Amino acid sequence: MSLTVLDPTNETAPAVRPKVKRPAALDGLTVGLLDISKPRGDVFLNRLEDRLVELGVRVERFRKPTFAKPAPVDLRHEIATRCDVVIEALAD
Amino acid sequence: MIRPTLPDGLVVFVKRDCATCVLVEPVLADLRGRGRKLTVYTQDDPTFPDSVESVDDTSLELSWHHDIETVPTVIVVDDGHETTRTVGWDREQWEALVGEDELGTDLPDWRPGCGSLSVDPDLATGLEVRFGGSVLRSRRVEIAGAEDDWEALHDRGWSDGLPVVPPTEERVLRMLQGTTRRPDEVMATVPPDLADCTVEKIAVNAVLAGCRPEYLPVVIAAVEAACTDEFNMHGLLATTMPTAPVLIVNGPIRNRIGMNAGINVLGQGNRANSTIGRALQLVIRNVGGGRPGEVDRATQGNPAKLGFCFPEDEEGSPWESLAVERGFSPEADTVTLFPGEGPRCVVDQLSRDPHDLTRSLAMNLRATTHPKLAMAFDAILVISPEHAARYRDAGWSKARFREELDQYLLMDADDMIRGAQGVAEGVPVDFAGSRIPKFRPDGLHIVHAGSGAGLFSMIIGGWVNGEVGSNCVTKEIPT
Repeated sequence: MSLTVLDPTNETAPAVRPKVKRPAALDGLTVGLLDISKPRGDVFLNRLEDRLVELGVRVERFRKPTFAKPAPVDLRHEIATRCDVVIEALAD
Repeated sequence: MIRPTLPDGLVVFVKRDCATCVLVEPVLADLRGRGRKLTVYTQDDPTFPDSVESVDDTSLELSWHHDIETVPTVIVVDDGHETTRTVGWDREQWEALVGEDELGTDLPDWRPGCGSLSVDPDLATGLEVRFGGSVLRSRRVEIAGAEDDWEALHDRGWSDGLPVVPPTEERVLRMLQGTTRRPDEVMATVPPDLADCTVEKIAVNAVLAGCRPEYLPVVIAAVEAACTDEFNMHGLLATTMPTAPVLIVNGPIRNRIGMNAGINVLGQGNRANSTIGRALQLVIRNVGGGRPGEVDRATQGNPAKLGFCFPEDEEGSPWESLAVERGFSPEADTVTLFPGEGPRCVVDQLSRDPHDLTRSLAMNLRATTHPKLAMAFDAILVISPEHAARYRDAGWSKARFREELDQYLLMDADDMIRGAQGVAEGVPVDFAGSRIPKFRPDGLHIVHAGSGAGLFSMIIGGWVNGEVGSNCVTKEIPT
């Protein structure tokens, strides 16, 4: 179960953690492929997975329950802990 | 939130963990047997009462919405509206209320009820969060289930480096019970971001710091005092010197909230001492945006920047308190903010005469900040009970002590001017030939605290005083 807390700041800045830097190469990294549940997003991601695996990159697949809402916080956390890079299929 | 309605007829709220509810169970069965429309809501055990079918209210939603304070409570509902209610067991009242005779004839005439679970102090704020519709305005931040709470709060930059308590809505509401102020009341404009700070934001940070609700009024007063022009929190934060707010609490509130003015008074181990000053620092960090390496430019800082708060031992002191000296009544609750460093110890285990000890204390006070600097920096002398006893025994008032001390704090400027004694640091050469006091008038604050054993006192040096720096500020803590 997730925990909800109140923001202790003056709220003039977003309550998020800093993004990691974009890596120069994918060697040894894990790439997450996030399907946002739009039609045919999987076609695009399947092709990407094939290409990445050919390059020897480790790939993990994820799927949002619906494209109409932000990814659940648990899914975001799972991707953040298991992957170094994420590619999101945005549209059909 | 929409208040759920009760069904028409008789409605009774009960719990198994209430002897009176168990006592009236045959009466409920009897009413049902007489064909009365009866709905029984049970708060703890859905199988209770065994002989009468009941509705599960273990969520306490109905109990909370219908202000049930006692069980059993009997309510008459007509056309969706409550017409009357009674609590506990009182045969005459029950009979009048439900319009039946001969109820529970083998029971005692009267028995008081028990407390409703919906007003249990351990549950009440949680129920308010779930059913009350929130009055709090802070942004909600969701932490993932698999994430570690402390790591998540730290990663967002909300901690001073030590673990913080997750500020859930329930905890913040409980914290706000420590004050009569409204959560949306703006108490101060906090530097360096000059952000308006509400009571709610102070409460959120007090939760982070580990405060109990009864400390909140002290924290609020400290935030107000810190954010005055006189105290100049922006400058104190931005300085390269290792200084930060030092909080001294006076008045009856010290004992009411369980502060420690005795053994290890400036150290760890007492929750109020340890968390009140920390809460102020977290307000400056989180609401004001004042963080080390950013606007906080301290060259080295000091451990007391995590939070430094202690009360005066007024009861054991031979003298009037710091707050009384600063014009407040002994009955007033106050917090005094001093722009100070960490404390350092004065060892004097041999002086038995008040003059000796005064000279000895003055010798140490002259070294505050730098032995060759004077008047630009204030200080606090935290005198221990054993040192103070020398003056009590000799019948010295605080005024007498100050008078004598001032003599020994008067120094020959020739020893202090720049270059004197082979040291470049010092007062300007213009002072040559004069005698100068170590401290400006009212620049030395005297507080009595510590345990009854130990011939040591403490000195807390200050930051630059006056217009260019910071001045000590005392604020009354509203009750």
